[in-house]
Amino acid sequence: MKVVIEDVSKTFIDSKKKEVKALENINFTISDEEFIVLVGPSGCGKSTLLNIVGGLLSPTTGSVYFEGEGLEERTPTLGIVFQEIALFPWRTVYENVVYGLQERKLSKAEQKEKGQYYIDMVGLTGFENAYPKQLSGGMKQRAGIARALAIEPHLLLMDEPFSALDAQTRTIMQEELLTIWNRTKLSTLYVTHNIQEAVYLADRVIVLSRHPGKIKSIIDIDLPKNGRNNEEHREKFEQYADEIWQLIRHDAEEALKEG
Amino acid sequence: MAQQQKRMITNRVAFLEQKVPAYASVLGIVGLLAVWEIIARMGWVSPLFLPAPTTIVTDGWAMLVNGEIIDNLFASLYRIVLGYVLGASFGIIIGLLLGFSRWADAIGTPVVYSIYPIPKIALLPLFILWLGIGELSKVTIIALGVFFPVVINTYSGVKNVDEMLIKAAVTFGSNHLNVIRKVILPGSLPMIFAGLKLAAGTSLLLLVAAEMIAAQQGIGSMVLHYGNLMITSKLMVGVLILSLLGLTFNRTLQWLEKKLLPWN
Ligand SMILES: Nc1ncnc2c1ncn2[C@@H]1O[C@H](COP(=O)(O)OP(=O)(O)OP(=O)(O)O)[C@@H](O)[C@H]1O
Ligand SMILES: [Mg+2]
Repeated sequence: MKVVIEDVSKTFIDSKKKEVKALENINFTISDEEFIVLVGPSGCGKSTLLNIVGGLLSPTTGSVYFEGEGLEERTPTLGIVFQEIALFPWRTVYENVVYGLQERKLSKAEQKEKGQYYIDMVGLTGFENAYPKQLSGGMKQRAGIARALAIEPHLLLMDEPFSALDAQTRTIMQEELLTIWNRTKLSTLYVTHNIQEAVYLADRVIVLSRHPGKIKSIIDIDLPKNGRNNEEHREKFEQYADEIWQLIRHDAEEALKEG
Repeated sequence: MAQQQKRMITNRVAFLEQKVPAYASVLGIVGLLAVWEIIARMGWVSPLFLPAPTTIVTDGWAMLVNGEIIDNLFASLYRIVLGYVLGASFGIIIGLLLGFSRWADAIGTPVVYSIYPIPKIALLPLFILWLGIGELSKVTIIALGVFFPVVINTYSGVKNVDEMLIKAAVTFGSNHLNVIRKVILPGSLPMIFAGLKLAAGTSLLLLVAAEMIAAQQGIGSMVLHYGNLMITSKLMVGVLILSLLGLTFNRTLQWLEKKLLPWN
């Protein structure tokens, strides 16, 4: 099953009644078990695109759909990890993780089994009964990931999930995400403005330009999925990173000038 | 070599965490009562204006034993509990609706805000006209007084629920009803409780006022009755009961808030 993003554009009307073209002519496909990373300078429309794919925003033109077999019987599901984390503060870690399972009316026993499985997977064993307030930033984000994974979605969407974390936690979380991804192999659309992160995680990197947000380039990352930060891949890794940086640089400087 | 010296760095904001012994909290009250007792006993002020605390307590005990307090208290409790529960329930439900539905908001909110500033007690004569002098008019006025602070707080509570949480709930499969039940309701609970606490004071005020204007029974009419007879000590018993009632009310709400909002 794949996800098709077809001719998507989005125009916002800003507070001064001016039209802002956030996205234009976006076309790409997310194949089964593919990890796609969207990169681009601030304000290029990454979140807008992710929200459209996630069904939280309507595109001005174009459409997003699943394509594959057996789609009549079942509705494909989406799991989203939000940049703002968006855990329910009144629910414990466990209650947050099984939220989607409850809404899908799974039995208590199934909830327990799956909930515990994914809590263990993200390394939050022992914190099932903690409230989000009692967790560190990294732990919160892991709970958010567990919540999205628990429903075993057909497409996983992540909007800069680690941007609020410190550098060390971030590195560890990236490694953990890869480990988890290797176990689940979910089709994933991942947004970041961190180029290293993009090269580290992606099968394909989509580079967006700004004003309007268009696809500037799609780059296949031809490196083994595991151990990309090993010495032997250092050179190629840096080449990719540099290639992407050159594509973004001009736009990023523009973005900075506009403030 | 010069003489080595030591200069300690001490916590200069220690006063912020100053410890106070537990008995300090009763010190003020006990002191006040003692001074009051002395003033009354020495006959510096006529007992008509200021009866001694001990007199109030003995009179209160007598009124408790002869059932006077119980009867009046039950009449008052019935009114305030019924009025409060009704007003609070409607306030929460309507507040959730106004906050959640754009249509209800557009139509209902101007209505709420135009009735809100009316001092509710001014409507009592109207309610007596409509509903008679019985319990209904008093319960209604209390319910109305409770309704407004609750509805307005609930409404703004709903409006302040983080939109991301609603998006998250929908993403994970919630329908509209569950969004209200599982996100908007718990998300606005802190504000709802603020409204409920505000309403507690209002309801007590309206209870006493309504009972003074139009009732045979109830703590409010009891206070007025002894005021007219100039039996100050029994009047004070009524005031004391009202203050205890208010205190219990607040404590109950605090306890409920702790129970219902364990994540805060
Ligand atoms: N609701 C909105 N109304 C008007 N304009 C909007 C709205 N949401 C986004 N925009 C505009 O659309 C453009 C893209 O915004 P978007 O949030 O998708 O950027 P982004 O790539 O996620 O940026 P960042 O990396 O800073 O998160 C920006 O110019 C932004 O000002
Ligand atoms: Mg963004």
